[in-house]
Amino acid sequence: MQTTKHFFITLGCVLLAVAVAPLVVANIHFQHLLIMLLLYTTLSQAWNLIGGYAGQVSFGHAVFFGIGAYAAMAPLNQWGLTPWAGMAIGAVISVIVAVVIGVPVFRLKGHYFAISTFAVAEVVKELFSNWKWVDGPIGLDAPVLQEGFYNFMFYKTKMPYLYVTLAFFLVVMVLTFHMERSRMGYYFRAIKQRPEAAQAMGVNISRYKQYAFMMSALFTAICGAFYAMYILHIEPATVLSLDISMKIVLVTALGGAGSLWGPLLGAMILIPLQEYSRIWLGGTGMGIDLIVLGLLIMLICIFEPKGIVGILQRLTRRKG
Amino acid sequence: MAMLEAKNVSMYFGELAALQNINLSVEKGEILGLIGPNGAGKTTFFNCVTGFLNATRGDISFNGQNITRLGPHRICHLGICRTFQIVQSFHEMTVLENIMMGAFCRHATTRASTVWAEEVLEIAGLKDKRDQIAGSLTLADQKRIELARTIATQPALVLLDEVMAGLNPTETDEAVELIRKIHAMGLTLIVVEHVMEVIMDISQRIAVFDSGELIVEGPPERVVRDERVIKAYLGEDYHA
Repeated sequence: MQTTKHFFITLGCVLLAVAVAPLVVANIHFQHLLIMLLLYTTLSQAWNLIGGYAGQVSFGHAVFFGIGAYAAMAPLNQWGLTPWAGMAIGAVISVIVAVVIGVPVFRLKGHYFAISTFAVAEVVKELFSNWKWVDGPIGLDAPVLQEGFYNFMFYKTKMPYLYVTLAFFLVVMVLTFHMERSRMGYYFRAIKQRPEAAQAMGVNISRYKQYAFMMSALFTAICGAFYAMYILHIEPATVLSLDISMKIVLVTALGGAGSLWGPLLGAMILIPLQEYSRIWLGGTGMGIDLIVLGLLIMLICIFEPKGIVGILQRLTRRKG
Repeated sequence: MAMLEAKNVSMYFGELAALQNINLSVEKGEILGLIGPNGAGKTTFFNCVTGFLNATRGDISFNGQNITRLGPHRICHLGICRTFQIVQSFHEMTVLENIMMGAFCRHATTRASTVWAEEVLEIAGLKDKRDQIAGSLTLADQKRIELARTIATQPALVLLDEVMAGLNPTETDEAVELIRKIHAMGLTLIVVEHVMEVIMDISQRIAVFDSGELIVEGPPERVVRDERVIKAYLGEDYHA
C-alpha cells in the first residue's frame, strides 16, 4: 500500500495537471474530455468501493446514476429548486434504494447480488420510461435559467464544471484513501477474499457489504446529478442504461478493481477512446470505443486480472 | 458451570443426521480432543458452535449464555474463535494484515490493531515473515497464520480444526509447541486432529465422534483402549 506522503504528492500532481492543462490548451473539446475523465473516475471509484474492494460486483449502478440525474433535473424543472438540493435528495434516495436492494440480497452467497442489480436496473429504467411526471421515455431538458452556481448553469464556459468534478474527484479519492487503511478497508478486502474467515474474525459481513453499497450509491447519485446539469438533457435510455452500468464496471476492471488508482488509470484509457472516436467518427463510430474496450478487457482478464495497476506493479517490482 | 455446554445438539441436512443428540461440555482451561473417522461430524459440531450452522435441535451455551442461534461474528465477539480445516488465510494480505484482521475484533483503529498484531506475531513466531503475502507461504505457515489471527481476536475458547493436517514431523512439533503456548496463556481449546500421537499427548480429555454420535468420552489412556473406538476406526472385522 502507498504511504500517505506518496499518495498526497501523486494526488497533488494530478490535481495540478488537471487544473492547469485547460488554461494552457484552451480547447473546448479538451475541457470536455477532462470533465468526462474526472466524472468517470469518480463514478468508477464509487463502484470500486463495493465492486472492487468488497468484491460484490454490481451491474446496475445506472440506477443510482439515474436517480441522481432525475433528482437534480425534475425538481429544477417543476419547481425551480436548486440542483444542489436535488443532488442531495438524489443521494439520499439512492442510499435508501441501496438498503432496499442490499438487505435481502446480502444475506445470500454467490452471484445473487450481481444478478439482482441487473434486474433492478432494468425495472427502474422501465419505471422512469412510464412515469408521466418526468416525461417518460422523452426525458427532461433543463430550463434556461440565470447563469451561476445557484442554478448550476454556465453557458459561456466549461471551466466551472471542470472545477466541480475536480472537487468531487478529490473528495472521493481522499475518502477512499482513508477507507483503504481503516478497519473498514481491511474488512472489505477480507470479505472479498475469504468471507467465511472474515465472519470467524467477528466481521458482520452483510452489514459491511451494506456500508460499501450505501457509500457507493451515494457518490454515484452525486455524479448522476452532475451529469444531468452538465449535459442538460436526460432520458431513461441514457442515464438509466445498461451502457452506463457496464462502462463503470469496465473502467474499474481495466484500471484495476480494488486499487486506489485503478479507476483513474482505466478512465484515462476509456474516456479519450470514447470521446475521440465520437469526435472523429461521429455517429458512424458509435460503439467502436466499446469494441476496443471489450478487447482490452479480454486481454486484461487473461493476462493481468489486476488491471493496469497490476501491470505497473509488475514493472516496478522488476526494477526494484 | 462449564464454559461451553452442548445439550442434545442435532444437525440435520435434509434427512441426513450429521449430528445426533450430542451432549458435550468443556471446562475452562482444558484441552478437549475431538476425534473420529472422516464424516463423523467433528467439523459440523464446530460449525454449530461457531454459528456457521444453526443446530436443528438442542442448545449450545457459552458461559451460561445461549448461543445456538447467534451468527458467527457475534460468537467471535463473545470469545469463541476457530480455524478452518481447509486453510482460509486472507491470501492477498500480508501476514501482519491477516493478524490485524483478528485484532480489529477488539481494536477499532488501525494503529491499535497493529500494536496488538505485532505482539501476536511475536507469540506465533511469525515475525520474520511479517510483510510477506500470506498466499505465497507454505501450508504450515498459513496454518500458523490462521492460529495467530485466531488468538488476535482475544478469545476465551479456541476451536482448532486439523491445524496439523498435511504438516511434516518438524512442522507438527512446532504446531504442538504453539498450541501448548496458547493453552499456557489461559485459553481453553477444542482440538480436532487425526494425528493420534499428538492428540493423545496434548488433550486432557477426548471425545470420540462416529456417524454423528458421541460414542466415548474420557481421558486419553482410557479412550484408546475402548472397544467402540477401535471398532469405529478399524471396522468390525479387525475388532478382536
